[in-house]
Amino acid sequence: MFRGMSLQAPITWCLCFKPKPKTNTTNMLPPLHSRTRSRQGYTTTRTKAMALVFEVLGRFNRARAARLTLPHHVCQTPLFMPVGTQGTIKGLTNSQLEDIGCQIILGNTYHLALRPTSELLDEVGGLHNFMNWQRGLLTDSGGFQMVSLLHLADITEKGVTFQSPVDGKPMLLTPEESIQIQNRIGADIIMALDDVVKTTITGPRVEEAMYRTLRWIDRCIAAHKRPHDQNLFGIVQGGLDPILRDICAKGLVERNLPGYAIGGLSGGEDKNSFWRVVAQCTAALPEDKPRYVMGVGYPLDIVVCSALGADMYDCVYPTRTARFGTALIPEGVLKLKHKAMAEDTRPIDPTCPCMVCKNYTRAYIHCLVTKDAMGSQLLSYHNLYYMLQLSRNLHFSIVEGRFPEFVCDFLHKMFPKGDVPEWVCNAMEVAGIDISSCCAPFSSCEESVSKSMPEEVILAG
Amino acid sequence: MKFVVKKAYCSGGRIGALELGSCPKPIETPALLLSTRKGLPHFIAPDLLTSLPFPDSHLLQISPLHFLEGLASTTISKIGGLHQMLSLHQYGIAAVARDSIQCLPESKGATKLGPSFETPCGRLSINSKDYVEMISCMRPNIWATLADEVPAWVSEKRNKTSVDRTVRWLDDCLALNPAAGSVFGAVVGGPNFDERMRCAMEVAKRNVSGYWIGGFGLGERIEERPALLSAIIDVLPDEKPRMISGLGLPEEILEGIDAGIDLFDSTYVYCLTLGGFALTFSLDNGGNQYDFQRCQVERDLTKINLRAKVYSKDMSPILGNCTCYTCRNHTKAYINHLFNVHEMLAQTLLEIHNTHHYLMFFRVIREAIKDGRFKKFRMTFIESRRVHQETKADCA
Repeated sequence: MFRGMSLQAPITWCLCFKPKPKTNTTNMLPPLHSRTRSRQGYTTTRTKAMALVFEVLGRFNRARAARLTLPHHVCQTPLFMPVGTQGTIKGLTNSQLEDIGCQIILGNTYHLALRPTSELLDEVGGLHNFMNWQRGLLTDSGGFQMVSLLHLADITEKGVTFQSPVDGKPMLLTPEESIQIQNRIGADIIMALDDVVKTTITGPRVEEAMYRTLRWIDRCIAAHKRPHDQNLFGIVQGGLDPILRDICAKGLVERNLPGYAIGGLSGGEDKNSFWRVVAQCTAALPEDKPRYVMGVGYPLDIVVCSALGADMYDCVYPTRTARFGTALIPEGVLKLKHKAMAEDTRPIDPTCPCMVCKNYTRAYIHCLVTKDAMGSQLLSYHNLYYMLQLSRNLHFSIVEGRFPEFVCDFLHKMFPKGDVPEWVCNAMEVAGIDISSCCAPFSSCEESVSKSMPEEVILAG
Repeated sequence: MKFVVKKAYCSGGRIGALELGSCPKPIETPALLLSTRKGLPHFIAPDLLTSLPFPDSHLLQISPLHFLEGLASTTISKIGGLHQMLSLHQYGIAAVARDSIQCLPESKGATKLGPSFETPCGRLSINSKDYVEMISCMRPNIWATLADEVPAWVSEKRNKTSVDRTVRWLDDCLALNPAAGSVFGAVVGGPNFDERMRCAMEVAKRNVSGYWIGGFGLGERIEERPALLSAIIDVLPDEKPRMISGLGLPEEILEGIDAGIDLFDSTYVYCLTLGGFALTFSLDNGGNQYDFQRCQVERDLTKINLRAKVYSKDMSPILGNCTCYTCRNHTKAYINHLFNVHEMLAQTLLEIHNTHHYLMFFRVIREAIKDGRFKKFRMTFIESRRVHQETKADCA
C-alpha cells in the first residue's frame, strides 16, 4: 500500500526544510511520523524523534523512487553513496562531487575515530564542517572494520574487543561508544553497532549474532543523544536464514527507527541467496522508511535491489576498481591497462557526458592509469559519475513510469547476447518485471550455469 | 607565437607579452609555466584548472619523453596533437625534454647522437630525428631543442663538448624543419663563462623564435650565477623570449628576472606540494616581509609545513586573504588530516594553493617592474626575509 507523504508535505515545505533544519526537524517530524503509525494501526507507546522525511514519489511494483529529506540535503532515491572513508573521496574535491551529483558521502567511523579522532571532529563542529561538505553524510558503526581489518577481533555481549592499531592493547567498542563517537562526528545518518558474521558461516553463531544485534539496538537507541539531527538506522542480520532474518526485521520494525539497513551481505555469498535475502527483507520492512543495502555496489546488483524495493547503497568498488585501471561502462567494465587501449582514440564510454569522457581518449587514460595520480583521479571521477547517473536513471525511470523499459535497456546493454544470469531472471520475476525481451530465446539460465561452473571449479581448486 | 617586449627597464627586468595561437589572451611576461606530468598538472584535474588565475595559468610545460611509456607519438598525432589530447585548447604548451622532476639529464649517458635522461621507466636516450618526429606529432606551441646538459663538476673538455653537441643538435633539429611550433634554441655551457657566451653566440646566429637556457641548478655556485646569466643575456637578441629551467625559489626567480629572463617553470611548486609545504610568504607590493605573522614551527617563513601537529586543530585557511579554491573552502586542520591519512586530496588542494600563490607572486613582480621599482622590490624582499630568519635564529 502506498503511504507516501507527498500530499501532506508539499515541495515548498521541503525546500524550507533543507538549509538548516535542526529546529524544524524537531518540530515537524514527530507529529508526521506518529500520524503514519496510527494509520497503520499500530499502537505506539512512544514517539521517537526523527531527522528525516521519506516521501515516495513513484513506484513500480516493489520498486520505489522517493525524496529523502535529511538535515543537510534533500536526496533522490534510489541513491548510491560513494565511500569517503577518511573524510575524502580519493582525490576528488567537494566541488567535483557536487558537479557529478553526489548526495550522501559515507564515512567510516573506525577510521575517523583513529584519525582525526571524534573528539577533534566534535570540537570543530562535526565532519560536515571539518571537510566543508554541505550535503548528506552517513557513518557506519565501526564494527565491520574491526571484523574485516583486524584478525584479533573478539565479539562478546559487551561489545567488540579488538587490538588497538596504535599500541596493540586490547580495546572494547560497545554499542554505546559507537553511538557516542557517531554523535560526535555528526553525520545525517548513523548506523547501529551490529554483530557481523560472514554469510558463508552457518550454524548457531548466525543465530547468536542476530539476537545480539537485536539486544544491541536497544543499547544504541538509549545511547543516541542527538535523535533530532541524526537518524539512527537499525541493521537486519540473520545470515542467509529466512527465519532469522524475519525475526530480526520484525524486532527492528517494532523499535520504529527512522530507517533500516540490510546487513551481512556482499560477503561472498552466492547471488541466489543474496537477492532472496534482499527480497525478503525489503518485504518485511515498512513502506514509509528508507531501506539501505550495505556494501552493495555492482551496477547490476543495484538495479536488481532497486527493483526489489531497496533505496540506498554504498560500495568502494567504483573508486577501488578505478585505482586498478578499470572503468565502468554500460557494457560492463573496460580495462584501461590493456594493451589494446594504447591506440584507442575513443572516449571511455562514448555515450557518457561526464567531464572525462567528453575530453579524454582511452589511449590517454591508458598511459596514466596505475602510474600517475591523475589516472586514478580521472577514472574515479568517471566511475562515480556512472554510479550516480545510474541512481538518477533509476529514480526518474520509476517516477516517469518507465522502470521496466529502463531495466530491459540496462540488461540488454550489459548482456547483448541475452545471457542474463539466472539469479537476475528469478529476482526480476519476483519484482514483477518482465525481462523476457532481453533474455536469449532458449533459457538463459542454462548458459549462465555453464558459464559460472568453470569459475567455481577454479575457485575450489 | 608572437612575442613583444613592451618595455625593458634599467631598474631590472622587462615586461613582454606572449601571444600563442591557442590562448585567447596574450600572456604577460615574466611568467610561470605550470609543470606537468603527461600534460596535466600533477594533482589538479582539468576541471579544477579553471579556478586558477586567468590568463596567467594558461602556460604549460610538457616533457615529450613522458609519453614514451605507454603512448605512441603516432597515436597522439591521430588524436590531433597535445592540445586535443589534453582537451586544453586555450592553453599554450611548451615542450622541453627535461622536466627537472622525474626526467633528469644524465650527462654520462649522452653520446654524440643525443642526450640521455633518467626517467621513471629507466634511462632514455633520444636523438634529434626521433625528437623532432615526436614534436611534429604532438604539436606544442613552443619547443626547446635538445641540449647536452652537464653538471658543474665535469671537466672543461666535457663542458666544451656539451656546447659543441648542443649547437650541432640545434642545427639537426632546424634542418629537419618540423612544421609544428616555435623553436627555442638551447643554450648550455655549465659554469664556464666563456663557454656560456660561445654557446649563446652560436645559438643567436640561428633562425630560432626564442631561447631556452639549460644547465642551471646542476651544481653551479650561487655566486657564479649572476655573471653567467648576464653573459648569456648580453649576447642574445632582445626581441626574442628567454625561457629557463632549474631556477625555482623566489630568490632565484627574482635573480632570473633581473637578468632578463621571461619564462620560468614551476618545479618548485611541485616539490613543496609533495613535501606538504604551503607557500605563505607575503605578496606585499613592495616585497616587504617584515609584517608577516610567523608561525611557531618553522624556521623559514616562506612556507609552512602542513604536516605539523600544530595545524591539527587549526580551522583557518592557509592564508586568510588568499582567493584560491583551497583557501576559500578548506582549513589547515583538514589538509593536515589528509596528509596524516595519506589521502591524495591533500596534494590536490596544496598544489592549487601553491600554484595560485606563485602565479600571484609573478603578478606582484610584474607590477613592480612596470612601476620601475623592481630593483628595490627585489632588495626589500630578500632583505626582509633574511632579517626575519636571523631574528628567529637569535631567539632560538
